Amino acid sequence: MPAIIELSKISKHYGSVIGVEHVDLNVADGEFLTLLGPSGCGKSTLLRMIGGFEMPTTGTITLSGQDVTHLPPQKRDVNMMFQDYALFPHMTVGQNIAYGLKMKGIGKNEARRKAEDALELVGLVDKIDQQPHQMSGGQKQRVALARAIVREPKVLLLDEPLSALDAKLREQMQVELKHMHDKLGITFIMVTHDQTEALVMSDRVIVMESGRIAQDGTPEELYEHPLTPYVANFIGTTNFLPARITQRSAHETRLDVAGQILTTQFDRVPQGDRVRVGVRPEKARFLNGSAAPGNILAGTVSEHIYHGTSLRTAVILPDGTEFYVDAMLPFGMARADAPAIGSEVRIGVEPENVLLFDAED
Amino acid sequence: MSAASTTLVATAPARRGRLAADSGFVLIVSLVMAFLYLPIWILIIYSFNDNRTLTWPLTGFTTHWYEQLFQNEQLLTAIGNSFYVATCSTCLTLLVGVPAALALHRFSFPGKTIFRRLLLLPIALPGIVTGISMLNMFKMFGFNLSLETVILGHATALLAVVVTQVFARLQRLPKSLSEASSDLGANPLQTFIHVTLPNIRTALIGAGLLSFVLSFDEIPVTFFLTGRDNTLPMYIYSTMRRGVTPEINAVGTIIVLMSLILIIISVVFTVRDNTSKGIA
Repeated sequence: MPAIIELSKISKHYGSVIGVEHVDLNVADGEFLTLLGPSGCGKSTLLRMIGGFEMPTTGTITLSGQDVTHLPPQKRDVNMMFQDYALFPHMTVGQNIAYGLKMKGIGKNEARRKAEDALELVGLVDKIDQQPHQMSGGQKQRVALARAIVREPKVLLLDEPLSALDAKLREQMQVELKHMHDKLGITFIMVTHDQTEALVMSDRVIVMESGRIAQDGTPEELYEHPLTPYVANFIGTTNFLPARITQRSAHETRLDVAGQILTTQFDRVPQGDRVRVGVRPEKARFLNGSAAPGNILAGTVSEHIYHGTSLRTAVILPDGTEFYVDAMLPFGMARADAPAIGSEVRIGVEPENVLLFDAED
Repeated sequence: MSAASTTLVATAPARRGRLAADSGFVLIVSLVMAFLYLPIWILIIYSFNDNRTLTWPLTGFTTHWYEQLFQNEQLLTAIGNSFYVATCSTCLTLLVGVPAALALHRFSFPGKTIFRRLLLLPIALPGIVTGISMLNMFKMFGFNLSLETVILGHATALLAVVVTQVFARLQRLPKSLSEASSDLGANPLQTFIHVTLPNIRTALIGAGLLSFVLSFDEIPVTFFLTGRDNTLPMYIYSTMRRGVTPEINAVGTIIVLMSLILIIISVVFTVRDNTSKGIA
């Protein structure tokens, strides 16, 4: 797919503070890309540079082949949905949406018709003459979306679009925005600190860490093959255990985890012998009876954390580290079926589910 | 039954206590209001009193002082001068102050904080200092003292009022509004006209009205900077040597009435601004 946006060696410094450092990124036409990271990682700055609200210190930004690095927002064929919606409080919903068309020089009647179409798309056509302050958060969100897409931009930028909504509405809007992306066929670039949001909505996720790209991949790649402990920890939950490599071979690595033996088929084996092992809580399970071959961690159950759909059990390993095991609770299965607190348990982990990282410094 | 009566017994003292507190509160409020407004009522009453001396008891109703007022050439000229000065200095201070506030809000430059403090300084300076220093300056440049020099003096002193009010409103305006406007294709001028201005309109009206009123009754700066022309407060002050005349009370009453009208207008504007269905 051709790239619609190309960022090349983008850096943004505020005095001696680094906002974004040396980011190279191509965004394919029609893609739903998410910039994910904690606050202060540079994701919003990156988005704002694409929108033209901030100028990079170094580097270039091209939009469908044209260098837009130093163009102001009004000269770029991208539109932004702001975190606080930024609806003009002194205009009606219809006037808000028609504003961008008016600036394009489109006549009043046609602008009104297009505004109606855009509102139709977000299901609010009957609210065209209302004031923004009369609307709920979810409705404002949709108006902001309609206002941003009515100019038919090549790229839609979404700055933490769902952060102001309550949990239920957020879940609903995630799916709605995704459908909107499929319907419009334009490129979406979203910024979020919510990993669920990123996994649910995106074709591709860029995880950012202190101004740099930590990992770039599909949601599945990031979840199944995190490159660093940072990514493994930011997306989902991971149990980290210090370990030592005792034997390397072509397709298997043998590890000593505080006296217990694990093998892994993970293909990125660190150089040094001191490493960190990562295991997702839902990829581990309790073994009953005497059955099962190797890859066992023994420990004592210390706590149950009930999540409704699943149950998290905390197990204390012999060296004192806490290890989480998640079990789904399908119909008919209750928390009572989990091993009792204080009981000795054995945890089984398949070799393909053991992740390997460099040891902590 | 017994339960109900105990409740009654229990709540009656509480209710009495609250009643006492309420009437105490009303009394204090009434006293404060009287302190604020009684002098004005006395002024209005005397302006209709049929007696040259301002003493009780009232002797009868008359509109004589109002008729006389409209024949007093000096007084009418002074009123006219005051309107001229207040209008011009308000316009001038808005013309300079609004762009200054916008610049302060939008750009960061070295020494910005100092610049802001310097702008606010005239508000803290006694009018007498502003007056003397501007007098010196005008003399130095060889200006003739006139109403225009008064306008310049007032506009300078009022700048702080306008800049503070407009700047405070701009600070409260989310930055995302102007960003959204430029995102939607507006250049900075269009953004100012269509988005910023409508949202700071009430602050402009408020600052304008306040400037007008402050300029209208300003004495110290005017005292130093005016030539032969007198503004209304200067005229009233000069006639005070012969005591307060009922004529002056009549002028005072008219000013109160006009202030009231201005206040009503500004309130109507503000309310309409908050509930309007938008402009454009």
